[in-house]
Amino acid sequence: MTILCDKNTKLLVQGMGRMGQFHAKLSIEYGTQVVGGVAPGKGGQTIEGIPVFDTVYEAVRETGADASVIFVPPPGAADAILEAADAGIVLAACITEGIPALDMLRAKHSLRGNPMRLIGPNCPGVVTPGQCRIGIMPAQITRPGPVGVVSRSGTLTYEAVDQLSRLGIGQSTCVGIGGDPVIGTTFTDALALFEADPETKAVVMIGEIGGNAEETAAEYVKQHMSKPVVAFIAGQNAPPGKRMGHAGAIIAGGKGRASDKIAALEAAGVAVSRSPAEIGETLAKHAPSLAG
Amino acid sequence: MNIHEYQAKALLRDFGVAVPEGRLATTPAEAEEAARALGSKVMVVKAQVHAGGRGKAGGIKLAKSPSEAKQVASEILGMTLHSPQTGPEGKVVRKVYVEEGSAIADELYLAIVLDRAAEELAIIASTEGGMEIEEVAERSPEKIVTVHVDPNLGIQGYHVRRVGFGLGLTADQVKQLDAFLGGLYRLFVAKDASLAEINPLVVTEEGDLVALDGKLNFDDNALYRHPDIAALHDPEEEDPRELEAKKIDLAYVGLDGDIGCMVNGAGLAMATLDMIQVCGGSPANFLDAGGGADKEKVKEAFKLILRDPNVKAILVNIFGGIVRCDLIAEGVVAAADELSVQVPLVVRLQGTNAAEGRAILAKSDLNITPAETLGEAGEKAVAAARSAA
Repeated sequence: MTILCDKNTKLLVQGMGRMGQFHAKLSIEYGTQVVGGVAPGKGGQTIEGIPVFDTVYEAVRETGADASVIFVPPPGAADAILEAADAGIVLAACITEGIPALDMLRAKHSLRGNPMRLIGPNCPGVVTPGQCRIGIMPAQITRPGPVGVVSRSGTLTYEAVDQLSRLGIGQSTCVGIGGDPVIGTTFTDALALFEADPETKAVVMIGEIGGNAEETAAEYVKQHMSKPVVAFIAGQNAPPGKRMGHAGAIIAGGKGRASDKIAALEAAGVAVSRSPAEIGETLAKHAPSLAG
Repeated sequence: MNIHEYQAKALLRDFGVAVPEGRLATTPAEAEEAARALGSKVMVVKAQVHAGGRGKAGGIKLAKSPSEAKQVASEILGMTLHSPQTGPEGKVVRKVYVEEGSAIADELYLAIVLDRAAEELAIIASTEGGMEIEEVAERSPEKIVTVHVDPNLGIQGYHVRRVGFGLGLTADQVKQLDAFLGGLYRLFVAKDASLAEINPLVVTEEGDLVALDGKLNFDDNALYRHPDIAALHDPEEEDPRELEAKKIDLAYVGLDGDIGCMVNGAGLAMATLDMIQVCGGSPANFLDAGGGADKEKVKEAFKLILRDPNVKAILVNIFGGIVRCDLIAEGVVAAADELSVQVPLVVRLQGTNAAEGRAILAKSDLNITPAETLGEAGEKAVAAARSAA
């Protein structure tokens, strides 16, 4: 089954600029059903072999798309997310980095009660190995298997996936939830999906400093997870008050430290790798039946 | 982005939030002139730096006459202010704000923040004005009133009443708070603030509410639509290397170790610092070269790293997704050559076009140590820095 997307997913690309076109092409090469693009004013054209529409509504009506990947630049990104939801898209991954926090706050509120699941923004997207690539991940490093991967970071997700694949451990689905303060799908949401998915046997969770999403996730693991969870928290030595690249990665007012997150996760029975080089090995040790 | 108190006060005034009268001065003579123009019995001369804890650090002083204002301004201007928020190097004071004194009956705390966990805007108020709110939260959380506001609906009368009566204000003062807090909220939303903090909010002996201090932070991601706010940026308050990095669109944070780092992606960049520390070393910087890293950017990143005299080795850690490792390798070779890099280089390339990238490094006659995994990269970088020390 896997989570979020599979070989039946019909994907739209909102924002057919250079990035959108490039990654549409890579997703098609990976075998994803990319059924259309959305670029206001370019309706009727065909780009990279994909029909382009002016609005998401038209694209959904003509193609039956159920998912969308959003590359629209920051000033129009929240608008693009809301348009996808309004047009009946079920899963949207917003790759855009640099969306104003208040725009996302308002958009997230408007999505309450809407069936669309939002991944991101400021995220690498979702890959279900061998089936579907939504976003910008280098899907060639993934391999199908039993481990769910969820992460706030992009390249660190690749690092974790690569470590797993090198140990012969495949992934059910890899989800990058994004590094912004306000995001659509949280760690807890992703953990719940993996817990419910019969193909996922264990979960790797990659967190970082800032906010308290990891602490909330730890509480969820304690209460609801039957599957083994392994974690790594980036920024163990980050100085307080400095934004470490991601808008959400900042230790503010003594809150959001890696040490607090690690302690909360360990208290919930999560195996936390102290070294970023041992995420894969920690999983292999913690869930020995999965090692290849 | 942070701004100075005097800039925050001007914005607050524009949005109908009561603030004391004040004037900016950059010399003692200007401070004297400002005090004379204010004409109040007591003046407060306040250091303008981007850090809290100014009072205890000697950056805020009272004056009872224009000549005394000149005297205390001469003591504050040019001083290096050390507070828990300035870092060990302190901050040089270049400007003072001369403000009329207030007769204080009570000190309160009021702030608006984006509450990440609740995904709402939160109004936080406390009767313990003048103290750090984190400290109050730890010691006496019952003294804090938190009210959440739906960002699509905005502030309502009942929000103000909950805060006002929660702080023990009189009915008349709650009416005043309606304009005060309403203005603060409108400012927050209109200018895309990330924090608006009034600490202390004073109740004067006459029973009026006045913002004695004001701290505003703004969302960097929204500055594109607020040129008026962006213009308030004071480059002298920032680490010059971080400023330089911002100009070339790199995320850089200076640290105090000796291994320079260049990484793509914020999470991997943080993890690389962790890796160095796990291996017993100490990183000199955080640097995220971003998704669009190319030859030119790599060169700029190297320049920035090498401006730090403590750097004894450089670790390049790239996991190519969008970024192509062959382009990075070309950049590394060009940068090392053009900048005649003397410190040892450890380079780890993985992901898109990694094999091509490694071949480019191997062909160059530069002294580059390749690494395959993250663990190996950390160990080799730490060893290189030790042997160079």
